[in-house]
Amino acid sequence: MKILCNGEAQETPSGTRVADYLSQLGLDASSVVVECDGKILTREEYASHVLQDGSVLELIRFVGGG
Amino acid sequence: MLTIAGRKFRSRLFGGTGKFSSPEVMKEALAASGCEMVTVALRRVDLNNPADDIMSVLDRDRYLFLPNTSGARDAGEAIRLARLARASGGGEWLKLEVTPDPRTLLPDPIETLKATEELVKEGFKVLPYINADPILALRLQDAGAVAVMPLGSPIGTNQGVLTRFQIEIIIAQAQVPVIVDAGLGAPSHVAEAMEMGADAVLVNTAIAVAGDPVRMARAFAMAVQAGRIAYEAGLGAVSKDAAPSSPDDGLGFLR
Repeated sequence: MKILCNGEAQETPSGTRVADYLSQLGLDASSVVVECDGKILTREEYASHVLQDGSVLELIRFVGGG
Repeated sequence: MLTIAGRKFRSRLFGGTGKFSSPEVMKEALAASGCEMVTVALRRVDLNNPADDIMSVLDRDRYLFLPNTSGARDAGEAIRLARLARASGGGEWLKLEVTPDPRTLLPDPIETLKATEELVKEGFKVLPYINADPILALRLQDAGAVAVMPLGSPIGTNQGVLTRFQIEIIIAQAQVPVIVDAGLGAPSHVAEAMEMGADAVLVNTAIAVAGDPVRMARAFAMAVQAGRIAYEAGLGAVSKDAAPSSPDDGLGFLR
């Protein structure tokens, strides 16, 4: 299925959970915050939240800034 | 000692984490600055560089994180960023920035007030970045801001305290701490702000882009201390007319 992750079209198998997707990307789940279809997920939800076809995912983290 | 929202700070210099040439330089410069609170921004993860994580470089026990809402152009965007910051484990502290004009990066006072009202309700400790407007500072204080952050000059310009007259009024009126932020480009600029009675200053660009950021951080730390001690010691009055430092008396032998 297709999802949109950080503005880019991506393919992922149906049934993929957020935690699976983060580990596919090589991302430490504790270092990012996930917004899925406009809703901020708690860290606890990563393991249970299943991505849907067409899901819009935003993966955000802290960066240097003033 | 400086207290903001019940938290005590030994250092009156706050640091930024942007624009450093490397994480190592940033870490060393922040250590040299002695600062205890640092700003961070929120951005999309670079999917091509997943290991690039500032949180792995900075010691959370040493620094209180002050996430900013940089990039927000209105209250709605700022509130969204604030909620993301809290969900990221950034805590309740928030530097609220709403800058609709990319050329000047001047803050929008109306959107800033709106966002402050909402975020205070949501339990954030809001430190709004504002133009040096004394009336706005009081309105934000009444809305529950825990400090105000008037600009010395526009972000990243290193022009120093161009807003002196208004910042003096803010300092005289505000019950919450006044942190002069933005445009402080040299240690003399922060010394000036501290001599005026600012409670603290925030410096990012001037340290990060210095030839030697670590030495510059030390220079800023010393200037903040010098300015604060001078303020507490009480500066002499400014006068237009000269007043001799040596006695007038005892010159009879000359004429």
